[in-house]
Amino acid sequence: MRKQFCDAMVARSASNRLVFMTGDLGFMALEPLRAALGEYFINAGVAEQNMMSVAAAMARQGIEAWAYSIAPFCYARPFEQIRNDITFHGLPVKLVGNGGGYGYGVQGPTHHAIEDYGVLLTLPGMSAYVPVFDEDLAAVIPLMGRETGPSYLRLGRGEPPKGFAVPEYAPWRQLVRGGGKTVIAVGPLAGSYIAALQGLQNHQRPNLWAASELPLSKHPMPEALMAQIASGAGLCVAEEHVARGGFGAELALYLAERGVRAGSFTHLCARKHLYDAYGSQDFLRRRSGIAAENVLAWVTAS
Amino acid sequence: MKGTNLTSRELTDARRRLLQMHFESGVGHIGGNLSSLDAMLLLHHEYLCSERDQFILSKGHSAGALYVSLWSKGLLSDDDLKQFYKEETNLPAHPPASGVPGILFATGSLGHGLSLAAGTALAKRLNSDDGHVYCMTSDGEWQEGSTWEALIFLCHHKLTNLTILVDHNTLQGFGSTDAVASMNPLADKLRGFAITIHGVDGHDLEAIKAALDAPSFQPKLIILNTTKGHGVSFMEKQMGWHYLPLNEDQYQQALSEINGEMEVAAS
Repeated sequence: MRKQFCDAMVARSASNRLVFMTGDLGFMALEPLRAALGEYFINAGVAEQNMMSVAAAMARQGIEAWAYSIAPFCYARPFEQIRNDITFHGLPVKLVGNGGGYGYGVQGPTHHAIEDYGVLLTLPGMSAYVPVFDEDLAAVIPLMGRETGPSYLRLGRGEPPKGFAVPEYAPWRQLVRGGGKTVIAVGPLAGSYIAALQGLQNHQRPNLWAASELPLSKHPMPEALMAQIASGAGLCVAEEHVARGGFGAELALYLAERGVRAGSFTHLCARKHLYDAYGSQDFLRRRSGIAAENVLAWVTAS
Repeated sequence: MKGTNLTSRELTDARRRLLQMHFESGVGHIGGNLSSLDAMLLLHHEYLCSERDQFILSKGHSAGALYVSLWSKGLLSDDDLKQFYKEETNLPAHPPASGVPGILFATGSLGHGLSLAAGTALAKRLNSDDGHVYCMTSDGEWQEGSTWEALIFLCHHKLTNLTILVDHNTLQGFGSTDAVASMNPLADKLRGFAITIHGVDGHDLEAIKAALDAPSFQPKLIILNTTKGHGVSFMEKQMGWHYLPLNEDQYQQALSEINGEMEVAAS
């Protein structure tokens, strides 16, 4: 997604005056943006706390400010700067975390971000974008650019099966049509399920939905999805994020408040920060039980 | 006072008002307010000349001195100050996020203000805005790593439209700066950076003004050598006045000392 992110930012910079700050990251990815922005591209160095406060001040002075880093360095290290300086003032700073979830795989737990949007969404006015496909970035960047409050973009990698016709970006999209059970996945994880679920017989194939914008209050659930859940056949929510503060908890509350009974509610989520062994993002997804095979097992269980 | 437009009466009225405000609200943080008040008043009366010039109080626990400076300039009223620390107030112990003219950011957690000032100064440069940014930090605040991140950044970007003032009263939350985590002399620790450093008596307005007016082709940092609790004998250099409220007797004594100082100055 970084290439598409960079392309979309270059396109935005052509008609919008913006500052892009990076915490010394972007090698072999953001050079075109650096060239396009000139002095408005600021490598803030290995100093994320300062970068966030500077971004807040830029926004306070009316400049569209973006701040980029590897996902955990984007929100965990400078959390207080995001909280106090950005969100307490309702400033429309755009935070960008690359490699959300287990995206940095074998780099180890310091580089994983499995509580990013949950933590950030506790802050006033914050919204989060979790694009599913690389193609989404062309639509997401202008949306974030127009945000009047703080926002966070979790970048991952698009994982649609070969030949899949990526649907136009929307906060909610149905990616697989079926009958009976319903699966909702956040961000790229949804794309990684398509192939496995499409291969099922019609009577077993679930409805697969992708959620890309949080919190739920910003984009209420489509009526069609509500109806599928209300059928009572069973709901599985999957996310590359810990359970506490995650999308699953918010969704459960959302349904409970509306008196919608899903029949059964299963939450597949990032189980741990620390494992006895490390590996790729796919390896860690399997260890967490959020890989396509895990969703498939849930769907096919009686 | 020669060389400054800020009169002795304005200075004394502000000190008196600061004490009154803290006494009536029954709250502390008086010591650090008195150490920083003189420079804050000078800035507000003589340097923050247009809306383009901006002040960021990084040592947010001296909000009282900031509110009184705004009062002295007519931007806050007596009635406003009466709400200091009260229920439903917009003048809490640390500067609020909005609603008070002249306050850009909620501060209070140390180590944020210098970055906010650096970002404001850089934005002004990008916006071709000729305003100047002033930021006051505490001395203990230089123990925060983020303050050094900000210093690296503002020097690298040669933010000559930024002036830093350090309220160097040598007392922090639970000891002296020497005893807790000494960086004294602070100027020596800062000298390797591309900044112009001045050290002045932080209660000598003419000396502060001279440092503020001195030309510099680099960002400027002024170490204000101040006295915690300045002007009130029993508060001076006493760490307890970082926290303690005044009782009636103490308040009356403090007022008489402040008033006496004005009479001496006037004679």
